Amino acid sequence: MVSFLRFLINGISLGSVYAIIALGYTMVYGIAKMLNFAHGDVIMVGAYIAFCAMQYLNLPPLLSVLCAMVVCTCLGVIIEGLAYRPLRQAPKLAVLITAIGVSYFLQNTALLIWSSNPKVFPSVFSVGQIKLFDGNLVISSETILTIAANIVIMVALTLFTGRTKMGKAMRAVSEDKGAAELMGINVNRTISLTFAIGSALAAVAGVLLCSAYPTLQPTTGSMPGIKAFTAAVFGGIGSIPGAMIGGLLLGIIEILGKAYISTELGDALVFAVLIIVLLFKPAGLLGKPVNEKV
Amino acid sequence: MKLKKSTVNNLISFGIVIIAFIVCQSMISTGVMKRSLRGQMIPICVYIVMAVSLNLVVGISGELSLGHAGFMSIGAFSGIIASAWLRTFGLENELIRLILSMVAAGVMAGVFGALIGIPVLRLRGDYLAIVTLAFGEIIRNVLNCLYFSLEGRRLHVSFNNPNIPGTILLNGPNGAKDVQKIATFPAGFVLILFTLFVVMNLINSRSGRAIMAARDNRIAAEAMGINVTKYKMMAFVTAAVLAGMAGALYGLSMATVTASKFKFDTSILVLVFVVLGGIGNIWGSIIAAALLTVLPELLRAFADYRMLIYAIVLILVMLVTNNPTMRALLGKLVPRRNGRQKGGAAA
Amino acid sequence: MSETVKRRQNTKMVPAPSHGIIPERDLYDSPVLEARHLGIEFGGLKAVDDFNLVIGKTEIAGLIGPNGAGKTTVFNLLTKVYQPTMGSIMLNGRDMHGMNTVQANKLGIARTFQNIRLFDNMTVEDNVRIGLHNQISYGMFSGIFRMPAYWQGEKRQHEKAMELLSIFDMQDMAKAQAGSLPYGAQRRLEIVRALATKPSLLLLDEPAAGMNPHETEELMNNIARIRDQFHIAIMLIEHDMNLVMGVCEGICVLNYGRIIAKGTPDEIQSNPTVIEAYLGKKKEG
Repeated sequence: MVSFLRFLINGISLGSVYAIIALGYTMVYGIAKMLNFAHGDVIMVGAYIAFCAMQYLNLPPLLSVLCAMVVCTCLGVIIEGLAYRPLRQAPKLAVLITAIGVSYFLQNTALLIWSSNPKVFPSVFSVGQIKLFDGNLVISSETILTIAANIVIMVALTLFTGRTKMGKAMRAVSEDKGAAELMGINVNRTISLTFAIGSALAAVAGVLLCSAYPTLQPTTGSMPGIKAFTAAVFGGIGSIPGAMIGGLLLGIIEILGKAYISTELGDALVFAVLIIVLLFKPAGLLGKPVNEKV
Repeated sequence: MKLKKSTVNNLISFGIVIIAFIVCQSMISTGVMKRSLRGQMIPICVYIVMAVSLNLVVGISGELSLGHAGFMSIGAFSGIIASAWLRTFGLENELIRLILSMVAAGVMAGVFGALIGIPVLRLRGDYLAIVTLAFGEIIRNVLNCLYFSLEGRRLHVSFNNPNIPGTILLNGPNGAKDVQKIATFPAGFVLILFTLFVVMNLINSRSGRAIMAARDNRIAAEAMGINVTKYKMMAFVTAAVLAGMAGALYGLSMATVTASKFKFDTSILVLVFVVLGGIGNIWGSIIAAALLTVLPELLRAFADYRMLIYAIVLILVMLVTNNPTMRALLGKLVPRRNGRQKGGAAA
Repeated sequence: MSETVKRRQNTKMVPAPSHGIIPERDLYDSPVLEARHLGIEFGGLKAVDDFNLVIGKTEIAGLIGPNGAGKTTVFNLLTKVYQPTMGSIMLNGRDMHGMNTVQANKLGIARTFQNIRLFDNMTVEDNVRIGLHNQISYGMFSGIFRMPAYWQGEKRQHEKAMELLSIFDMQDMAKAQAGSLPYGAQRRLEIVRALATKPSLLLLDEPAAGMNPHETEELMNNIARIRDQFHIAIMLIEHDMNLVMGVCEGICVLNYGRIIAKGTPDEIQSNPTVIEAYLGKKKEG
């Protein structure tokens, strides 16, 4: 029972990281209707920046995270402006391949700068731990922080998209780009903003991910990226609460599956659940099915 | 007459492939070709077949598949196992064994293609794409847990348990070792011809038109009495069979093959060939696959920078070919080519 | 034979609502289409409600009504693009319950679309060949390995396609790309493509939209000619009243998803409810 609780909490923690990454995917998909495959690599860049800030500049952890967020935000906006914006009218596949190109680019640049040797990410937030059930259940501060960060981000994003003018503009653009433009919304700026927010979240996710799994390599971001993308689809891509639920469920399934079924098949299990969910809900858990008008 | 035109086009295509083969083969036998490049000849054949077959799904059938390498891996391991098993029957003739192994691999991949196609083709667009990705990853994960061994003529299979009797053929995550390399470049060339024959004849037939009709306008196709799922399935399974055969050729050309060779990146690599060659354009796929398989080899001089250059080339090509302003700019620089319009595939 | 008798007995049990507008020559054949209490709801909104219609074997029927009345929705219900939430559809005496679009077509309903849905990147001939898909067929393997069935099938498809294209004198356009045709020709090609599926009921959704008066006139003659040549029933949605009144034998007027009038062109033209639906209520005083 206690071990189950431990796995569950680990699952929620991992799921929170997935959820934060999935938010980036889902927002970008919702607004630009593109699968941003480079998102996972922005996570990796964020983690490296935070790592360098702490290791070489000796900045305090919080400032390092902020630093990573700023760099990633700029990176996200630059990627969007240089690689994706010129392809706004292009076929979807062309944009997808470009995103893959950007992903290769980021990975190989990181490889040149930081080499392929794994870096050991310092335990940033080890301020203590909570012991429950006579010390049988240990919850680290990283876990608590990850879950807390996830909740804060979720609430903030919900408020932002629901209450603020920019947030409403984002929703309008994701509904209908043309109509939003006619209503005087600057579509390009709104899309840039979405990439900025998504990339800033990716930086946070990168730091949280590496605090929990402290090896940092140029390929660190790709697998969590794919899984978070799966989480976004799982929850219904384009939906913010969907990304949250998808991420959490995926994290829990992965950890529990690895613990109770098979370590090797943990990932396969995650994908199998995705397939089953999509068969019954073809647009994900919270997604709205779109029917073509005849 | 249209029929004649398509037949003539096919014959020209076969002619070009045959000439290319003769050129390569004579370069190899006269020793003009560098050793490093010679080693690339079978992979080039493999990736050409992969690209053409994926183009059948992405370009002709209009569904984005991100798990094509999964079928390649099924084919590779099926081929390796079939080859070793057939050898126990005293079948020492390598060519016949290679052909039989490739057929077995194609059948195996086709069966899995059908099994996977049933759920996958119920979905649309990006959801379909992500599920093919998921299946690709599941195949790789499961293969990592599979153990095959040969005891006399008996095949042993186990899941997640390396302790099986006899000589190990497939050793879980360590893959297949000491594979007898029976794949040859001429065999690869014949496989390319076979693939072209199948794909081009399929496109120019009743079934092919139904596949393209389902892609161009699903609702109209259904209103004309075309069972869209059936024809999407046809394209998907045919592509899986061809990918399985390519996988067998690949597996039987390497001494060691592991499942990690066929991960998501490989599927993406093949997709890049298809998109760069022009979606739906069979010849584009062939040329892109051949060039881009050799490119990293040619860029070897740049060592660490080669993948970076590859990425930049990829982004630039996409921007130049798909951005209206850039295309107009390019049009001014280059005298008007009679290029075929890309697109047409609804992802 | 007994099938027909049974059918007629059945129809007697429930009074056919549009009886009286079926042309006389069709009275002794079983009707091609019978829709009873047909309806569909979209999230509580009844887009079509209690739609009853019988179409005779070789009747040309018109479906008219103001914009948004639910005319195309009726077509979508009949071709099973939407599954009706109420009522039943019988085509040639067979219940279409639970069928999908493909089965509906195989049973004998073909249609054209309001917003033209041709296979733009294919040639004109290939578009017609798609229509012939289930009429002249051979298998996938015959196609790949170029068996005799392939050559024979292709030849027959080609001949049949040319024959069908000749209805509108379009044989010389056979090699052109469908998307590059002028608007009127695209509409005609859609009709040819639908005819290729060998329907017993042809649904035309605004066939004259975007055509000039001359083309409309020609289309009107062609609709009658197609009916005579193929012995099929045709139902059309159209806003051009000259065409509707000129070619249709029975007309059904839809407003807010309900039938407000049925009758011959003369009856419809003088029906006060119809005039009201189109022009609004006359001011008192």
